[in-house]
Amino acid sequence: MKKYTYTDKKDTRSGFGAGLHEAGKRNENVVALCADLVGSLKMDAFIKDFPERFFQIGIAEANMMGIAAGLTIGGKIPFTGTFANFSTGRVYDQIRQSIAYSGKNVKICASHAGLTLGEDGATHQILEDIGLMKMLPGMTVINPCDYNQTKAATLAIMEHEGPVYLRFGRPVIPVFTPEDQKFEIGKAWMVNEGKDVTIVATGHMVWRAIQAGEELEKLGIDAEIINIHTIKPLDEEAILKSVQKTGCIVTCEEHNKLGGLGESVARFLTTTYLAPQEFVAVNDSFGESATPDQLMTKYKLDPSDIVAAAQKVIARKG
Amino acid sequence: MKHTISELEDIASQVRRDILRMVHAVQSGHPGASLGCADFFTALYFEVLNHNPEFDMDGKNEDLFFLSNGHISPVWYSVLARAGYFEVSELSTFRKLDSRLQGHPTTHEHLPGVRIASGSLGQGLSVAIGAALAKKINGDHSLVYALLGDGELQEGQNWEAFMFAPHNKVDNVIATIDYNGQQIDGPTEKVLSLENLQAKFEAFGWHVITSDGNDMEGIVKALHYAKSLTGKGKPILNLMSTQMGYGVDFMVGTHKWHGSAPNDAQLESALSQIKETAGDY
Repeated sequence: MKKYTYTDKKDTRSGFGAGLHEAGKRNENVVALCADLVGSLKMDAFIKDFPERFFQIGIAEANMMGIAAGLTIGGKIPFTGTFANFSTGRVYDQIRQSIAYSGKNVKICASHAGLTLGEDGATHQILEDIGLMKMLPGMTVINPCDYNQTKAATLAIMEHEGPVYLRFGRPVIPVFTPEDQKFEIGKAWMVNEGKDVTIVATGHMVWRAIQAGEELEKLGIDAEIINIHTIKPLDEEAILKSVQKTGCIVTCEEHNKLGGLGESVARFLTTTYLAPQEFVAVNDSFGESATPDQLMTKYKLDPSDIVAAAQKVIARKG
Repeated sequence: MKHTISELEDIASQVRRDILRMVHAVQSGHPGASLGCADFFTALYFEVLNHNPEFDMDGKNEDLFFLSNGHISPVWYSVLARAGYFEVSELSTFRKLDSRLQGHPTTHEHLPGVRIASGSLGQGLSVAIGAALAKKINGDHSLVYALLGDGELQEGQNWEAFMFAPHNKVDNVIATIDYNGQQIDGPTEKVLSLENLQAKFEAFGWHVITSDGNDMEGIVKALHYAKSLTGKGKPILNLMSTQMGYGVDFMVGTHKWHGSAPNDAQLESALSQIKETAGDY
């Protein structure tokens, strides 16, 4: 198992904030919008340096999505910022009609996704957002795994023409990907090559998959770990190649098992290469208030859950 | 004036014939408010807008128009065609398979003149404000126009937008309300009362003007006046009274023709009341 170490722990939302600031420097057409959550989205640096390109919308997310769509007419590249719940479920029809169906170049940037929002509870912990967004034709869906990858993804989506949903979060987690990485939309990152089981993970679950891989190694299981940061378009080639080698797959996501990465992988594999699959995901449930770590344990998203799923899926290979 | 009032009235007359024939041909669509807004659209595209039928999505240095109540697509399509955005003959494809003239306007099929999809109500003003903000950043002094239905004002997103524009001094937007007092289920006063719209918009901080949208001279004057009010720190709201179904005696002033197509006999009767001025498509 390849060794991953870290010297720093940061939140992915800060990676977004840093990426947005850098995007603002690189391209004068980049504009940012926020619905009264500037601090939470770490947009301060952008606002300080580019005040004329920032729009405080107030607590009015529907209006924010419409204004963002309008800003693209005239060549702007709008980045909207609010919590994942208010970036998707609350404004689904606005995104569907004014952004996705209209083919507008809006970057929907969503913080506090998943359970790791913590104590605010289920009203704010959306676990359905990947599903909602990936169902929209033409929408790109990205869920990076640490600070550096989130920053790189923020810059990559600036270069991409078309609507994007960028999902990140609140907890402080290890920074283990390279600072100077090149982020390719739709291109999986091989975290560790292995032969016994494929583990694909997205977002906060990637570090947990690495921890699980180390545990599996102790059990004599050689896990191949792949980071799927782009859920749509899915890197089908990387998944197929890996599963042809290992013969089974575990999918890991901080999301409802309905509609997420796991279902995208299952849809692909059932039509191309049949292999047993196990899901490490929230089991069709809302979240609740607690610390992020407590929630990840209760909802079975710990490294030990990935280990158990890997053992189970290997046994199913027959 | 690019055209005389009489010339504009003649164009609006042909537009009304187009609307009726389009809706009749597929036995679907929304003739009521399309007929009611024929004068407004004609005035806008043939007299007021600084626009280029050689369509460019970004529309830099030209005036932009956004239709929020997308179901009145027949009037927009007719006016766009008559103004040179596409061939008039294409109106015959309205709502048919593989057409660019979808039931509700969309950019998806790349119809020249349309910059955003609309149909699900309440979204157009936000988009118009966004486009107006882009113009300000770009140092582009042309204007952004939007049309909203009055029933559509029941959608909450509009009021987010009504609050945003004055606070942010988006004074390059002219929003017109098609104030016809009708919606699918009946008069707005019965379905969900709009109460005193002028007072509401003024309380939100808009510069409100009123107009008669079925008087060509009146609507041309109102739109020119609205234009003169731009750039003074406030967004402009044109509260435009119209009659649904205007121009056809049995359609006028009722919600019954909001989304119903005339049959053959009704079409014949309606067309007999409206002069063919520029040749039917």
